[in-house]
Amino acid sequence: MNAKDPELLLEHAPLLQQGMSTPQAMRDVIYSLVPVTLAGIWFFGLSALLVLVVSILGAMLTEWVFSSAENKTESLWDASALVTGLLLGLTLPPGLPLWMAFLGGVVAIGFGKIIWGGLGNNLFNPALVGRAFLLATFPIAMTTWNPVSDVDGFFMVHATNLALPFMHVEPDAMTSATPLGLFKFEQEATPIINLFLGNTSGSLGETSGLLLLLGGLYLWWRRDLDWRIPASILLTVVVFSGILGLFDAERFPTPLFSLFSGGLLLGTIYMATDPVTSPITPKGAWIFGCGIGCLVVLIRVWGGLPEGVMYAILLMNAATPLINRYTQPTVFGRGKERS
Amino acid sequence: MTSKQIIQDGLWSNNPALVQLLGLCPLLAVSNTVATSLGLGLATVMVLGASNCLVALIRNQVDEATRLPLFILIIAGFVTCVDLAMQAWSFELHQRISLFIALIVTNCTLLGRAESFASKNPVIYSLLDGLMMGTGFLLVLLAMGFCRELLGHGTLFSQMDLLFGDTAKNWTIQFTTDGQGFLLAVLPPGAFMLMGLFLALKNIVDERLLVSARARDIQRVRIDLRTP
Repeated sequence: MNAKDPELLLEHAPLLQQGMSTPQAMRDVIYSLVPVTLAGIWFFGLSALLVLVVSILGAMLTEWVFSSAENKTESLWDASALVTGLLLGLTLPPGLPLWMAFLGGVVAIGFGKIIWGGLGNNLFNPALVGRAFLLATFPIAMTTWNPVSDVDGFFMVHATNLALPFMHVEPDAMTSATPLGLFKFEQEATPIINLFLGNTSGSLGETSGLLLLLGGLYLWWRRDLDWRIPASILLTVVVFSGILGLFDAERFPTPLFSLFSGGLLLGTIYMATDPVTSPITPKGAWIFGCGIGCLVVLIRVWGGLPEGVMYAILLMNAATPLINRYTQPTVFGRGKERS
Repeated sequence: MTSKQIIQDGLWSNNPALVQLLGLCPLLAVSNTVATSLGLGLATVMVLGASNCLVALIRNQVDEATRLPLFILIIAGFVTCVDLAMQAWSFELHQRISLFIALIVTNCTLLGRAESFASKNPVIYSLLDGLMMGTGFLLVLLAMGFCRELLGHGTLFSQMDLLFGDTAKNWTIQFTTDGQGFLLAVLPPGAFMLMGLFLALKNIVDERLLVSARARDIQRVRIDLRTP
């Protein structure tokens, strides 16, 4: 029989296929991150670009080294390592020593992905695993924030960037606290418009709320992300911090401040929605998002750290298999009864 | 059961830390530096050798029903001896790892060897088994201590004077200029990650050994076929 004969289709179900593949989805994520990345480089100068490049290099090199021989080019071309490295770089402070950024990329792919069996098998978001490793290993370097660079400082590379492993380096004279740090330790609120546009100190890619929201909208329009997860996270944060604000408006941040400060938007749009590590059922997505939102506010208000988005997402990642199990929809035709 | 096999079992193929995964609590908690690793490892070797010896000596007189409490009593007795000896001769080190010295009693390796080996074998083999199992544990502990001290503190052999007296004061090798290393390597999660890497390494080595052994067997068969 002629293979091109359209009369008879000899194929397994599913017969209706979406034109979506992993490389396509990853490319969408990269496109949506372009404005955020450019803004990060614009705000923090050449240092930011170096940190990003090095963390991507670390991630891709690890992916290449640990892929099986016949799979090497394919695993690099699906661009998931590139996305992991880029996302990791966007969560790092601009003045981080480059070798630490490289190590972060290595750990993100090695311990976050490869060790679990590669793409699709990991329990935790790889980029956040890399960041958690860096924060636990180099707590000082990871919480030293550089102020937004001016036009003259654009081509200046921070001295801390070029530090060598285990060598002492003079800390940058110019450091500044993040908006969340300012609020927590000095009770000083940053104007919302600065948080929205992004000219505050912080991680490379977390400062501009506007561009992150635009990226999120693009991903939603391309149907690359489950809208329930960002919606439930942001809603929970707004409601929870709104309720807290009713008790003591001085002590607790306003909902808008909570929404646009720190890594909440970056984490919500790009890390919590990671299809591998978030629940697959609609009901599960709501539970997952509410859990992250509650944890974020809890850690920010009562925790020892100013920011808790990373730990909130990692904790709920760990709960994802459980959520998936308990929110399984009833099989079609089974009726209401549950086993 | 030959003595060669006992040695191989203890050091590699049935290593208490890497294969049986016993005694992980002291292994992960005390392997911060080479000095503390060596202290706890040596204490474990001594207790394991002595308790295996005594258990083998009385193995024919012990009642089935009361054997486990008896073994634990013997182990606890030797642990107390080692504990007191350490207080007498290296008090500083004892202050740092005293809790884990006492916890050697609950290290499952000891009861496991007493029950599965010493209660069934003659004294001399039991002694050898205890020493080799202890040494296997000691070696893993030392490797962990080596890696964690190098990564976490950027030093090697620091505070060895706690164990070897004042002559060891200048054994410390310093690799960093700021005294900072990977903080994670000192913390418990780092110990778990390192342990996982060690397990992976052992599995890789075992796999390679198996492959080469098979290749050798095939070679031998070919030669046999050729000879008339």
